[in-house]
Amino acid sequence: MANVKLDGVRKVYPNGVEAVEPCHVDIPDGELVVLVGPSGCGKSTLLRMVAGLEEITDGTLYIGDAVMNDVEPANRNIAMVFQNYALYPHMTVAKNMGYGLKNRGLPKAEINQKVAEAAKMLNLSEYLDRRPSQLSGGQRQRVAMGRAIVRSPELFLFDEPLSNLDAKLRNQMRIEIRALQQRLGVTAMYVTHDQVEAMTLADRIIVLNAGRIEQIGTPGEIYSRPASTFVASFMGAPPMNIFTGTSDGQQATLDGGVSLNGAGAPSQTGKIQIGIRPEDVALDANGALPFDVDIVEELGAHRLLHGRLSGQPFSVSVGKDEAAQTGPAKVALKPGAVHFFDAEAGRRL
Amino acid sequence: MADLTESRIEAQSATRPAKRIKWDQIGDHAILIAGALLMLVPVFMIFASSSWDDITLHREGLQFGFSDDMANNYNAALFEYGGFTDSVNGVTMLANSLILGIGFAIGKIIVGMMAAYAIVYFRLKFATLAFWMIFTTLLLPLEVRILPSYEVITWMNLGNTYTGLIVPLIASATATFFFRQFFMSVPEELIEAARIDGAGPVKFFIDILVPLSQTMIAAMFIIMFVFGWNQYLWPTLITTDESLFTLVRGIRQIMQAYADGSSTPEYGEAAALAIIAMTPPVLVVVFFQSWFVKGLTESDK
Ligand SMILES: Nc1ncnc2c1ncn2[C@@H]1O[C@H](COP(=O)(O)OP(=O)(O)OP(=O)(O)O)[C@@H](O)[C@H]1O
Ligand SMILES: [Mg+2]
Repeated sequence: MANVKLDGVRKVYPNGVEAVEPCHVDIPDGELVVLVGPSGCGKSTLLRMVAGLEEITDGTLYIGDAVMNDVEPANRNIAMVFQNYALYPHMTVAKNMGYGLKNRGLPKAEINQKVAEAAKMLNLSEYLDRRPSQLSGGQRQRVAMGRAIVRSPELFLFDEPLSNLDAKLRNQMRIEIRALQQRLGVTAMYVTHDQVEAMTLADRIIVLNAGRIEQIGTPGEIYSRPASTFVASFMGAPPMNIFTGTSDGQQATLDGGVSLNGAGAPSQTGKIQIGIRPEDVALDANGALPFDVDIVEELGAHRLLHGRLSGQPFSVSVGKDEAAQTGPAKVALKPGAVHFFDAEAGRRL
Repeated sequence: MADLTESRIEAQSATRPAKRIKWDQIGDHAILIAGALLMLVPVFMIFASSSWDDITLHREGLQFGFSDDMANNYNAALFEYGGFTDSVNGVTMLANSLILGIGFAIGKIIVGMMAAYAIVYFRLKFATLAFWMIFTTLLLPLEVRILPSYEVITWMNLGNTYTGLIVPLIASATATFFFRQFFMSVPEELIEAARIDGAGPVKFFIDILVPLSQTMIAAMFIIMFVFGWNQYLWPTLITTDESLFTLVRGIRQIMQAYADGSSTPEYGEAAALAIIAMTPPVLVVVFFQSWFVKGLTESDK
């Protein structure tokens, strides 16, 4: 068990790309942190620096209070699960799982016992003599998990471990991973670009954008108080509506003339950006805001209405029982529905 | 009645297109058959001739039919000591050829694998340059550098030894190239998983890379074994001691007698020896054939 600390850790690849800007992260013992962000934002790079597979350009990495910058991956007491499983194709499941222990020089009996234990935990006991090519995708993923578990690491690292599985299996494995991590109480870093996976798995989420950390917070914080327009539109489905507008210090007005009465306003005056989540709005005949609905999208449990508010694109999510049709409608804001961001950088105000 | 005949005619015309002679296929097969005959007929002639006595062969040339000297000829080819010093028989030559072929193949595989390993997995400064330099040696086969190689070997006093016979030939651009291509197709994540599992460079090579390369190694073995087996020029230069003669040289040695005018050349024995010389490479190819194809075509890991 160990806490992890990144102190100004930064990565510049030899070709000059700054994949990760200097970042500060503190992960307490036993926490599962999810790194999330769009493709190419540097999630894998950050994880691989923690694993020791990629050199750290600047800054210091601590695992359990020890500086790890120049420690070989094998000696960091970590375990990593890869997207493509990375199982050794010529070894049986048992050998795959035991290979790391064998290299550590553990006696055979102990290896066998640990492998059997992990296999039992993962329902792999009957497959121990098979080769990876004789397993299904989900089973291979489990073997990769097993290989990580048998090493009794202080830190689990997952790089999009579920992205090769179909949706149903992904949900199931997600729950399994979470349960396993909690049972073992091992600190974990988990990379994904799937925001649902991030929300459901994480104790805390780190949102990355173009090599920069946009926000670190619990799923609840990320959702209810996004630190920037990027986080606001990246986390949450459907994404938050972002409007341009102005503030006079008392009241915010959308470009196009509609004022948001009673929603408050930032102290900053002038041009701002205004965010409203589709689910924080209700259809209401007495509502103050005029909404022109162009399209109704059926999603089963709820419907998405796409249209215009004050001349700007706007989406509203309503329950499946509410009547919804195209044409002019009125909507009302739920309390706390409006988020303010500054106009240029998009930081929360 | 009329109905019946009509339907019969219809049925006939319906089946006719299927029976149409496919001239292009026949053409293809004719070419293939001609090619096969071109390769096989001489082999058959040698085989048939190996059952005749020397006199007939000397007078009438190679034979198509079989006679009854087969056992004699093969016995002589394998067990009768010959040469100037009477120190070498077929079995010795067979053993020498095997040592050369196997040593050559294994040497080439080891050197090629290690060179490819260095080029692909280590951040060498001039790895690409090194690779292309190795690659260009394909343009410099042994025949081109035979004099300097000979000089070096005699200077090192390795003439008339197995070492001198094998070592100068085992640097191999071909094997290096094939192993490099193969190693480059091994997924990056596998290497990283091994690193996390605590496998250093040597362990990774032995525990992971070598087993993964099995089929490739088999394919290389076949190619290199046959290549080594058929070496003629280099063994001729480097071995003067008859006990180190290979089969390919032995055949020539028998025919040599004719040029010396000493006696009737032992044609029957030579033919038998030729067949014996052909057999091991054929066996190797037949037995490893399926691996061979897999090794060169399969990229699935
Ligand atoms: N070996 C490398 N050399 C140079 N640049 C690299 C290298 N690896 C990654 N990069 C660059 O660094 C940036 C971050 O890459 P990284 O692999 O960390 O992205 P990611 O967030 O994991 O994306 P994805 O979700 O697609 O896996 C990208 O712009 C990428 O092009
Ligand atoms: Mg990635």
